[in-house]
Amino acid sequence: MGKLIAGIASSHVPTIGIAADRGMQQTSEWKPLFDSYVPVREWLAQLKPDVAITIYNDHGADFFFDKYPTFAVGAARTYPVADAGFGKRPLPDVPGALEFSWHLCESLVYDEFDIAVCQEMRVDHGFLVPMHLCFDHTQGWPIASVPVAVNVLQHPLPTMRRCYRLGQAIRRAIDSYPPQTRVVILGTGGMSHQLQGKRFGYLSERWDQDFLDRMESDPESLTGLTHQQMIERFGAEGIELIMWMVMRGAMSGDARRIHRNYYAPMTTGMGLLTFQEA
Amino acid sequence: MIPQIDRDHPIPDTQIFGLRESHNGYRINKMCSSLTHSDNRDAYRADEPGYLDRWNLTPHERELVLKRDFAGLLAAGGNIFFLIKLGGVTGVPIYEMGAQMREETFEDFLASRNEAKAV
Repeated sequence: MGKLIAGIASSHVPTIGIAADRGMQQTSEWKPLFDSYVPVREWLAQLKPDVAITIYNDHGADFFFDKYPTFAVGAARTYPVADAGFGKRPLPDVPGALEFSWHLCESLVYDEFDIAVCQEMRVDHGFLVPMHLCFDHTQGWPIASVPVAVNVLQHPLPTMRRCYRLGQAIRRAIDSYPPQTRVVILGTGGMSHQLQGKRFGYLSERWDQDFLDRMESDPESLTGLTHQQMIERFGAEGIELIMWMVMRGAMSGDARRIHRNYYAPMTTGMGLLTFQEA
Repeated sequence: MIPQIDRDHPIPDTQIFGLRESHNGYRINKMCSSLTHSDNRDAYRADEPGYLDRWNLTPHERELVLKRDFAGLLAAGGNIFFLIKLGGVTGVPIYEMGAQMREETFEDFLASRNEAKAV
C-alpha cells in the first residue's frame, strides 16, 4: 500500500534558484540557507521515497486568469521546466507519477475535492526551488512527482481549514493506493513577505517563528485564521503559507519534527520544517 | 460563510488582488503573461509601441507601461507576479520596483534589509 513517510515545508523564493545556478551556495549571504538543506537531502536519500507530492503555486508562468483553478493536480508523464519570463533554468524536466496521479485525482474527487486535472503543466520556481534544494538532481530527478497547484494569487483563495482538509484527503488517497509506494509531501512558499504597495519588503520574524511553532505542535490552531489575519501577520504574498497547511494536514498529528531552519536576509522569511511519520 | 477579507478595514499599503482587480487589470496582465515566451520578449524589446498595440490597452494603461509606473500599474489591476515579467523586459528588477512602490531610493531600500547581498 501507499505509505506517507515524510513531510517538508519549504520556502520557494526564486532568488534561491538564481543563487544555486551561479554556484553561490557557500557565499556568506547564502550559506545559512543552503547549508540547512544538506541534512535534509541526506535524510531523504536514506528514506528513499518513490513519489513526491509537491504543493506549490504557479507565478503566471503557466496559468493565467482566463481560467484559474483553486486546486489543480498534475496527471502527466513529464512536467517541463517553465519559462516565467526570464528564460528556463538549467534543470531537467520532472518525471511524473502517472498511475499515482490518476489514483490521487479519483480519490480526491470522490472525497469531494473538485480539483482541476492537468495533463500539461509546466512548473516554475514555486515547484522547482524546494525540489532542487531537497533532492540531488545531478543525474536527473531521483523521484517521480505529482505537482498540486493552489490558487494563492487571485482572491477568493481557499481557506486555511480547506487547505488543511485537502491535506487530510491527500493522506486518505495515499493510504488507499494499492501498490507499495513511499510518498513524501512538500508544502511550499512563504514565509512572511510582501512584494507590492508601500508595504513592499514587509517581513516578520516574530510571526514566522510563531507559525513554525504552531506547525510543529498545534497546527489545528492555525486553521481558523482568516486571510485578512494571515496578510496582516505575513504580508500579502505571505498568504502562500496556506500551502504549508496542506502538507501538515496530510501528516499525522504526532509526526516527529526533524529539521527546522529560518533565515530572513532580504524580503522573505525563508523557513524550513520537516516531519517524519512514526 | 466566514468572510476571509474585510474590505471595510483595508490593510494599509496593501493590494488584495481579487476578482475586481483581476477584471480591471486583465489587459495588462495578459500582455505581461505573453512575456513568458522568449520570442515575445524579443519582439517587445525590438518595438515596444508596436508590441503594446497588440493588447488593447487603454491609453492610460499604455502610458503607465511606457512610464514604468509600477505603482500605477498595480493600482490599475496589474498583478505583481505579472508585472515582474514586464520589469524583466524593461530592465526594472523587482527590488527597484519595490523601492519605487515604497517611494524611496533603491539605496535606502537596500539599507533597510538584513542581508542585502542575498539577491
